[in-house]
Amino acid sequence: MSGYDHDQLAKLIGMFPPAPEAWVRAAQELPEARRGLDNLVARAEADAAFRAAVLADLEQALEAEGVEPQPRVVDELRRLLTDR
Amino acid sequence: MEAPGDDGEAAAGRPELSEHAASDAELVRRCRAGDDDAWRELVDRFSRYVYAIAVQGFRLPQQDAEDVFQEVFTRVYERLGSLREDEAVRPWIAQLTRRLCIDRLRAGSRESDADLDALPEVPADDVLESIEQAFDVHEAMTELSESCQQILDRFFARDESYRTIGDQLGLPAGTIASRISRCLDKLRDAFDGEGRNLPPAASSGQVT
Repeated sequence: MSGYDHDQLAKLIGMFPPAPEAWVRAAQELPEARRGLDNLVARAEADAAFRAAVLADLEQALEAEGVEPQPRVVDELRRLLTDR
Repeated sequence: MEAPGDDGEAAAGRPELSEHAASDAELVRRCRAGDDDAWRELVDRFSRYVYAIAVQGFRLPQQDAEDVFQEVFTRVYERLGSLREDEAVRPWIAQLTRRLCIDRLRAGSRESDADLDALPEVPADDVLESIEQAFDVHEAMTELSESCQQILDRFFARDESYRTIGDQLGLPAGTIASRISRCLDKLRDAFDGEGRNLPPAASSGQVT
């Protein structure tokens, strides 16, 4: 037997509310975002003009790549482009 | 009129509640193979867990909790290949989340010029243990009917009223209380089902 009564079960269910939907969606879209970043960085490394254009408008570059320009993703793209 | 034993089958407007057809190990293997659907399922399976540890365990404010939440899943995604035992993904995620929460608390202490040697406030073991039990309860809920999952989740985890639940699921509001009671009975039975592991606190008391 689990030994749980209704009150205990209710309390435990209540301890597990859903995380905010936007957080979950952002985490679920990590693979797509990562592929988009990799594509942009690869093209930027091969084309200086493209790199400059991406750096000039990171959000637009991500959107063109089909990646939602969430702040974390924008920061990551900036870091990847400026670290290289 | 509510039929005895009928939990209803309505699922309109339902929030996410997954049926855990795949084991943790199977899910990890699929993620490692580049299966985006498996990754989405993995995030879905563990999102409440990470959120509960950060917000209820460590009481992080929302902004810090969001940073930890995203960092946990980023690291899981990047390091899934280094996980030695696929079935150990849950304790791994828990450990990762706890560590990042502690890092966040320490960073906050430094920024506020608090005593650098002072340990940040960490949750008591019984809080983390309760979160483990809550995870097991949530897992057991996936063995219930979709309607029972929805009713219990909406009432206890989402704090929705009888009226809202009734409206969303197409059920008379006056029947929700009795449905909740029956669904809790079924949930308790799910723990007693053959081959089901007891929650950690009820078995070894081990907190992962």
